[in-house]
Amino acid sequence: MIRIANGQGFWGDWLEAPVRLVDQGPIDFLVLDYLAEVTMSILQKQKQEDPALGYARDFPPLIGRLARKLKDRNIKVVANAGGVNPTACAYAVLHAAPGLKVAVVHGDDVFHRIDEFLGKGYEMRDMETGQPISRIRRQILSANAYIGAFPLAEALDTGADVVIAGRSTDTALTLAPMVHKFKWKPDDWDRLAAGTIAGHIIECGAQCSGGNCQVDWERIPDLADVGYPIVEAEPDGSFTVTKHANTGGRVHSDTVKEQLLYELGDPKRYLTPDCVADFTTVQLADVDPNRVRVTGIRGGPRPPTLKISISYANGWKAIGTLVYSWPQAVEKARAADRIVRERLAAAGLAFEEIYTEFFGLNACQGSAAPPNPDPPEIELRIGVRGQDRKAVDRFTRELIPLVLNGPPGATGFGEGRPPVREIVAYWSALIPREEIGTRVELIS
Amino acid sequence: MKQPLGTIAHTRSGDKGDTSNIGVIAFKPEHYPVILREVTPERVKQFFGELVKGDVERFELPNLGAINLLLHEALGGGGTLSLRIDAQGKTYGAALLRMEIEID
Repeated sequence: MIRIANGQGFWGDWLEAPVRLVDQGPIDFLVLDYLAEVTMSILQKQKQEDPALGYARDFPPLIGRLARKLKDRNIKVVANAGGVNPTACAYAVLHAAPGLKVAVVHGDDVFHRIDEFLGKGYEMRDMETGQPISRIRRQILSANAYIGAFPLAEALDTGADVVIAGRSTDTALTLAPMVHKFKWKPDDWDRLAAGTIAGHIIECGAQCSGGNCQVDWERIPDLADVGYPIVEAEPDGSFTVTKHANTGGRVHSDTVKEQLLYELGDPKRYLTPDCVADFTTVQLADVDPNRVRVTGIRGGPRPPTLKISISYANGWKAIGTLVYSWPQAVEKARAADRIVRERLAAAGLAFEEIYTEFFGLNACQGSAAPPNPDPPEIELRIGVRGQDRKAVDRFTRELIPLVLNGPPGATGFGEGRPPVREIVAYWSALIPREEIGTRVELIS
Repeated sequence: MKQPLGTIAHTRSGDKGDTSNIGVIAFKPEHYPVILREVTPERVKQFFGELVKGDVERFELPNLGAINLLLHEALGGGGTLSLRIDAQGKTYGAALLRMEIEID
C-alpha cells in the first residue's frame, strides 16, 4: 500500500496544507496541482516579460521549507508547478533545496508548433464551438498538450525526490505514483481508471474532505484545521480515501460523492491520456470514521488523441459596482442601470456585451433564487466587454458620477473606478497523440 | 406531496467552459427513483429560466444514487469571458435544491 496526499487543489490554495500533510502523519507521495486552464496563459505572459519566470512561484519556497522532512521521511513530490517553464522551476527548487534530486518532464509545450500542426492539416477546432483555430491564430498566448501519468512515473523511476511537470492532467499526478510503484502497464485499463478516479477525488484538495460540502455542513468539525485528502492505494486498483487523524473536516461517502460529480461530463467516458474511466462502476463503502473504501472501478482503452489547451487574447472587460440602500433599493439600482446604458449609447460606445446583475437580489441564481421584495441594500454590478480597450476604459468612468447625478442613496464607490482587464480566453482542441513526445531530464 | 429537492438530495456544481454541471445525489437509495422521475432535463431548464440558453443533458450514476446534469450555454460565455459573478456556476447546485418536486 502507498499513501498519496494532495496538498494543493489549484495555484492559490491554502499554503499550509502541504506542510500539514507532511507534519501531521505518514505519507509516501505529496502531489500538488497548480494549474487551471487560465493559469497557463498568465504564466506565459510572465515568461514573455522575464524568461526566468513562467512557473508556480509558490512551489520552490514550499519545497525549501519541506526539504529536510521530505528527505528524512522519503516523501516524493509530484507537481505540475512547471507551468510554461519547468526547467526554470527546477533550478529554483534546487536553489531552495540543494540536496534534492529534481526531474523535469518535457514535451507538453506546443506553443511553437501550432503552424507545424496547421501545415499537417490539423484544424484544431474548438471542442466547445467547433470553430477552426485559424480564427484566433494571431491571438494565441500559450498552447500545451495534456500529459498523462506514464512520463511522470518514468521520472519517479529515476529516483527523483521532486518531479516537475508542465501541463500534466490533474489526475495523472495521483496516478503516476501508482504506475511507478505497482509497475502497472499502459493497457491495465481497469487499474489505470481506478488511479485516475482516485486522482479526480483528491485533485481539488479539501473539496472531498469536508470543504464546500452541503451535507450537515454546520457540524463538519474544525474546518480551520481541515485535513487534506490522502489515498491509500493498493496494487489491485482498490483504494481508501482518508485524511490524517486529529485533523478537521470529514471524509465520508457523502463528501466523496460530491467530489466525484464535480466538473464531470459523461460519467461513462471520462477521457484522459492514460485511459477512459467509467464513473458508473465506482463502489463506495464507509468502512470506518473518515475512511471510504473505493472498489470495482472499470476502464477502457486510452483515446487516440490528446487534448491541447490553448489560451488567446480576446479583448477587454471591466466590471463596476455601486450600492443602493433602502428604501426602493431595487428600483433605484434598476434606474441607475438604465441611465448608464443610455449614457454609453449616447457616447457612441459599442460593446460585445453589457451585463447587469443585482447583487443581493438574483446575481448568483437568476430567477431560480428565492424572492427578496424589500432588501435593505442592493449592489448594482455592470460588466462590459469588447475589443476596443478605450471604450471599456470609458465605461469605467460612468458609474461614480451617478452618486451625485443619479437616483438617491448610492454609496460603495470608495475603491474608485474599476480596472480594465485583458480577457485571456480558452480554446481546447484534439491532435493525434503520436505528435507529442515526452522526455525526462534530471536537473542538478 | 410537493417538497423542495433539497429534502431528499444534495448537490455540487462546477463548470467546463460555458457548460455548468450539477451533480444531484440522493440521501437515501429509495429517493433515487424519485430523482429520476422528477428531475428531468426539461424541468431543470425551465427552473433556471433565462440563465440556461442551451439544452440540458442528464446522465445516470445508479451506483452513487446520483444524476449528472449538464447545463449548456449557462455561464455567460464561461471562464474569463463571462461577466457574471458566478462565472463557474458554483451556486447552481444549491439553487436547484429549491426546485419543487413530488415526493412519494
